[in-house]
Amino acid sequence: MLMTNIETIPGKQIVACQGVVAGSTVRTKHAGRDFMAGIKNIFGGELRGYTELLEESREQAVKRMQQQATQLGANAVVNVRFSTSSVAAGAAEIYVYGTAVTVAD
Amino acid sequence: MSNQVLINIGYLLVLLGLGYFFGRRAEAKHYKDIQRREQLYLALPTVSSEQPIGDISVQNCVLVRGSVVISVDYFKRMLAALRAFFGGEVQAYETLLDRARREAVLRMKESCPGAAQIINLRMETASIHRGANSIGSVEVVAYGTALFNSDSDSTSDGSANAEPIAVSSHPSRSGPTGD
Repeated sequence: MLMTNIETIPGKQIVACQGVVAGSTVRTKHAGRDFMAGIKNIFGGELRGYTELLEESREQAVKRMQQQATQLGANAVVNVRFSTSSVAAGAAEIYVYGTAVTVAD
Repeated sequence: MSNQVLINIGYLLVLLGLGYFFGRRAEAKHYKDIQRREQLYLALPTVSSEQPIGDISVQNCVLVRGSVVISVDYFKRMLAALRAFFGGEVQAYETLLDRARREAVLRMKESCPGAAQIINLRMETASIHRGANSIGSVEVVAYGTALFNSDSDSTSDGSANAEPIAVSSHPSRSGPTGD
């Protein structure tokens, strides 16, 4: 499925619009990763466990959005936006949304 | 009683020392790495506008992103806490965010070998909460639309210096940056 974060798809023509589609996932870290992150917090630097965790959940949110778009009969999503919010201590929501469209060459 | 206090102070000093030395070393190393990789990817223009620079014939476009979670060290966190008392610029967190943003952009660029340009770059910052002490680590996501030229092969090949087209030769359309 084609995805862009601009309003069009370069080189293709949008022939129909299926409306807004979104995907979201709420994740929390697990104790082992949190322990490692606690240690890393003393030394500073990248928290690889968290990077992977958030990357995984973002992947899942995108997948959910694509599923929704496919259900609506779209073959592309334009104007995709990412957003993260922490709903509780230790839990983060990853939210992806965009506009499902049908494109033709 | 006073022994307990001494132990506590000693513990704090050890943490501060560890944070200071390892944090500084890690930051210097990270900055060096960032600068090296930024040089490497200089040939891949990345813009925050929706229009690509120059005239390119787009064959394919892909949504690309890069993200990083990065944490500040114990010493700097202490420094920032002190700063919060007096007010003013918190340099400890400035470098943290700067490193995170540049790293995220680099990862985004690395995720699309062979791209001609990345347009509409957007950044998203979130602080990762760890219980009561809030900041300390941030997550930065950089995302954009990678445009692939018709003559650059968009699959694998993995080389950073795959000669993206020379786009800077169109000063008329370079927009807000060129004056």
